[in-house]
Amino acid sequence: MTTTTPAPSPAEVERINERARFIRLETVRLISIAKTGHFASTFSCAELMAALYYGVLRLRHGEPDWPDRDRFLLGKGHVAVGLYPLLADWGFLDKDVLDEYTRLGNPLGDHPDMRKVPGVDFSSGSLGHNLSVGLGMAMATRYTGRDYRVFVLLGDGELHEGQNWEAALAAAHHRVGNLIAIVDRNHYCLDGEVDDVNGIGPLADKWRSFGWEALTIDGHDSAVVLSTLRELRDRRDDAAPAVVIAETVKGKGVSFMESEVGWHLGYLDSVDESRVLAELRGA
Amino acid sequence: MASAQLNEGSWHLLMLLDQAPGLHALSDALSDLVEAGHPIVVGTADLKYSNGLVRFQETHPDRFVQFGISEQNMISAAAGMAAAGLQPYIATFASFMALLGCEQVRTDVAYTGLPVRLIGHHTGITLGFYGTSHHATEDLAIMRSLAGLDVVAPADGLALGAAIRAYADHPGPVYFRIGRGRDPDVYSAGYVHERGGSVTHGRGGDLTILATGSMVHPSLEARELLDAQGVSAGVVDLHTVKPIDVEAIRRAADESPLLMTVEEHNVIGGLGGAVAEVLATDGSGVPLHRHGIRDEYSLIGPPTHLYRHYRLDGPGIAAEAAARLAQEG
Repeated sequence: MTTTTPAPSPAEVERINERARFIRLETVRLISIAKTGHFASTFSCAELMAALYYGVLRLRHGEPDWPDRDRFLLGKGHVAVGLYPLLADWGFLDKDVLDEYTRLGNPLGDHPDMRKVPGVDFSSGSLGHNLSVGLGMAMATRYTGRDYRVFVLLGDGELHEGQNWEAALAAAHHRVGNLIAIVDRNHYCLDGEVDDVNGIGPLADKWRSFGWEALTIDGHDSAVVLSTLRELRDRRDDAAPAVVIAETVKGKGVSFMESEVGWHLGYLDSVDESRVLAELRGA
Repeated sequence: MASAQLNEGSWHLLMLLDQAPGLHALSDALSDLVEAGHPIVVGTADLKYSNGLVRFQETHPDRFVQFGISEQNMISAAAGMAAAGLQPYIATFASFMALLGCEQVRTDVAYTGLPVRLIGHHTGITLGFYGTSHHATEDLAIMRSLAGLDVVAPADGLALGAAIRAYADHPGPVYFRIGRGRDPDVYSAGYVHERGGSVTHGRGGDLTILATGSMVHPSLEARELLDAQGVSAGVVDLHTVKPIDVEAIRRAADESPLLMTVEEHNVIGGLGGAVAEVLATDGSGVPLHRHGIRDEYSLIGPPTHLYRHYRLDGPGIAAEAAARLAQEG
């Protein structure tokens, strides 16, 4: 990969760290309304989503349907709770809507719904679909003449779904260089460690053997995340599709959630919630 | 050693396609849409000779996408294309579209309401001795239970072309259920497809046959055979299983003492089920004979032999109707 994009400044990096903290705090706040939710899966990709929304994606404030916007698809749809505050912050939906997260008739559910939530580029929830959807969106630019990139955030457990590998074959075959996958490699799915449940390694080699450019980075190092994703965004279109394998920690930012299997999905009582907020604010 | 001289017609895929004029209609209708400026993209999953889309590819190679043997990826990718402003038409065997791709169709196409056109071809038992993996006798039931999805089964190539043109600007998704392109002609030039409509082929004093797709032509044959026996049978082509023409069903129930649905599908959940729902909801007392595959998996056999075996050819449908009329007394 030729580097043409300037390195992010310290102020930019601090901004991403601050926005990642915002994602985690909002996640705790919203889940306290729903009573249960995917804290740990959201925390592992907080820097990834913060970097995308505040340093990578080309978006226009208040214009969720701007045709030339970069697309972002949440393959691991169960972390929508961390996405909604960003969409509200971008003026795509009213911030008050967040306060009724998951309540009867509210558009915001555990999984993102494009029919209900402005700024959600495609619905998800059933794992394994969105790399294919992203492939279609990315290929569409060949016919529509639009100029955008499509970023798809996948869970590492999600890679158990075979449809991902159908999409991976086709994206390389059709040289869909404006498609960028990001794997949140937090190493856990519901029933345990991803590689104990059904091994997916050697992961970068697998993607390379499918014809993708594969990079492995520290998914919590905002400077690295920002520079890597920016460089991919600025690549020429006719390259191979690219995947960033972001090594992350499930539950990142909260000591008792980090890498505890039970914390894929959970509930916090008021004492625990105070502990979590104190840790996150101190971080 | 001299190389054997093979008859090209025995193996050449393009020449085999000439036996399926109904599939020419598919490619030609899609080419017309391109030429009329519709933002369409046409995809298939390694079946361009089976569905004849190779003909479309030849005229519009830039609008043709080969997905390979990856139906689920094709369906979701088509949804992505539609979300980006295109009108994708994707085709594969009906069994794979409705069964293998069911969840992708439900979640990515039907629920999103995007203008994806799903073309399930070689439906019913038309793949004959290919066996149950390649038969689709459940697709009507599956597809019509997906909210937001229209389900259309044209009777011949001309009706297919007309339906595709009629749906060109439809904002939502559509499932087109078609056979192998060898259906005898039912309609002639000037035929117009009406969304949610039907075509009535005569009224029946003794019964009305309600048929869809490939079963319209043999039902018309059956009508002539019954007429020769002194039985007055009407035929209604319910080319759209969803939204179904409720008024046409009510009219038939008013006019005939017996209704009979004919479909190349399980008698559960498809056309027969849809008509039964209308009659039961209305509290109609008219009996309904549901003819089709009787909740079983088809035997192996050449298609025409299977149609004969399951009484889904003209004489079979006539015999089925006569037997039920005899029961009714």
